[in-house]
Amino acid sequence: MADAITAQGLVKRYKTVTALDGVDLAVPTGSVLGLLGPNGAGKTTIVRILTTLLRPDEGSATVAGVDVLGRPRDVRRRIGLSGQYAAVDEYLTGFENLDMIGRLYHLGAKRSRERARELLASFRLEDAADRPSKTYSGGMRRRLDLAGALVADPPIIFLDEPTTGLDPRGRTEMWEVIQGLVAGGTTLLLTTQYLEEADLLADDIVVIDHGKIIAQGSADQLKTQVGGERLELTVRDPATLLRARDLLEPLGVGKAALDEGRRTLLMPITGGAQVLTEALRVLDDAQIGIDDVGLRRPTLDDVFLSLTGHVSEEEAQQQNGRPPDPPPPAPAPAGRHAAADESSTGGA
Amino acid sequence: MAAPTVFADAYVVAKRNIIKIKRVPDLLVFTTLSPIMFVLLFAYVFGGAIAVPGGTDPDAYREFLMAGIFAQTAIFGATITGAGLAEDIKKGIIDRFRSLPMAPSAVLSGRTISDVANNVLVLIVMSLTGLLVGWAIHSSPAEAALGYLLLLVFAYAISWIMAWLGMLVPSVEVFNNATFIVIFPLTFVANTFVPLETLPAPLQTFAEWNPVSAVTQASRELFGNIPEGVPTPDAWPLQNPVLYTLIWSAIFIVVFVPLANYQYRRSTSR
Repeated sequence: MADAITAQGLVKRYKTVTALDGVDLAVPTGSVLGLLGPNGAGKTTIVRILTTLLRPDEGSATVAGVDVLGRPRDVRRRIGLSGQYAAVDEYLTGFENLDMIGRLYHLGAKRSRERARELLASFRLEDAADRPSKTYSGGMRRRLDLAGALVADPPIIFLDEPTTGLDPRGRTEMWEVIQGLVAGGTTLLLTTQYLEEADLLADDIVVIDHGKIIAQGSADQLKTQVGGERLELTVRDPATLLRARDLLEPLGVGKAALDEGRRTLLMPITGGAQVLTEALRVLDDAQIGIDDVGLRRPTLDDVFLSLTGHVSEEEAQQQNGRPPDPPPPAPAPAGRHAAADESSTGGA
Repeated sequence: MAAPTVFADAYVVAKRNIIKIKRVPDLLVFTTLSPIMFVLLFAYVFGGAIAVPGGTDPDAYREFLMAGIFAQTAIFGATITGAGLAEDIKKGIIDRFRSLPMAPSAVLSGRTISDVANNVLVLIVMSLTGLLVGWAIHSSPAEAALGYLLLLVFAYAISWIMAWLGMLVPSVEVFNNATFIVIFPLTFVANTFVPLETLPAPLQTFAEWNPVSAVTQASRELFGNIPEGVPTPDAWPLQNPVLYTLIWSAIFIVVFVPLANYQYRRSTSR
């Protein structure tokens, strides 16, 4: 069986909402699928169906070649699940949590204890092993929860928003752990609303919105859909913004979008650094002062925006004054400009 | 799935719940504090105004009272089952259990078994409280043991109702309020705190057939708390309180074990 996870035509309806509206998936063994979408897109519903927690109204699925609807118990032997809300028992210690899970996978008393200690060590929870997990930080709880999914060393792992709610440091730590896992050859299905997370961790990305798959491919393929580079610059004096546009537009390949509040200009270009140099020379000649300038490759943020026509959850949170996320792993010279993106391309 | 797996899994779940009783003693403290408060209120505040058959002194009422308290405590103790499950669902722990290759019924049987342990502790505390206010066991050890056993069986049966309810309601708070509304009339419109004869006719009939009255009557008889010469009420349930209690317990179990298991399989955290 080449595909570790398959799904055909999954449909799930609730009273008034269609949570899933015909979803097909195929995850090759040993690969990582990133299921990307905003809150309420249907990501968790997919995970719940594939992990036997929920029965779809229509459709079928297999996990490790086993029919999810027909033989759920056999599926459960082959999977590990780590949920959106860390499902560790806060009154039990880290060790007791993992030991309990081992027993319920029927590893036996001795093996369960050994495995619990092994995992606590490899997830850097040794020192906290015998403290109730109530005392753990958010990041530690997530690591413990993920360790819980690995107790039986299952070939297929489902991670439902493994980093939602973590601070930047916790998120980076979690990423390292997951990358280690993937290096070991585990098949992974990961849901996230963080575009950079899918970019970093997933081989293939499925973008889902309102219960439907709206795009699919590698991160690079998705980025190609959106097109080439953009030049982004911030002028010092807002009064010069219009003049800067008039001077620069001939250098680009499309209309420049302006954000007067932030004094920024965003313009699609081809030609990269040469255009950037030329732009700087033109502005210098015109004596227009600039605060910031950079070339931007399209990020998954742009992909998401152009596919769904609405801003991603992550950006919405940033606009609501949440502290910014850690810098994206791919080089993005001019930093992040989520809010500017929305105003410049959102109406297109 | 082989039966040993069910027992082994239920044991693991029960152990987990018992660790929780140990780690969060507040839970035990609060489940015992309110019955202790009831004992004190009825023994020292209301008791003086309530005449019980077979004696007018305060000690006679305290002898009368404790069986009622035991019955009430058993029912309140059973609510822990539902509240615990409602909490586990909310925190995603039930999701984790349901994603494991364990016996599905083990989550509920483990839960109800650990709640028996909780009820044993609560009954011990309540018995000690009873002794302090002047209650005593006047029967043989065998009868007394049977009395405790019957209370635990009844509580166990009720805890399956609570298990079903706990998974049906959206939150622990709703569960607590819902059960409160049912449990109070059920435990008060009975012979728990006042003699049945004092109730108006329709309520008296209800109370006679209320299983809570039968448990109370059975405890009174088995602990030897009914003074000599006091007649047993004519109603059949009170003439045969042990049998009547067991019948209800059996009904609860037969109806609510499948219902609770059905609800467990379809329960979701969101």
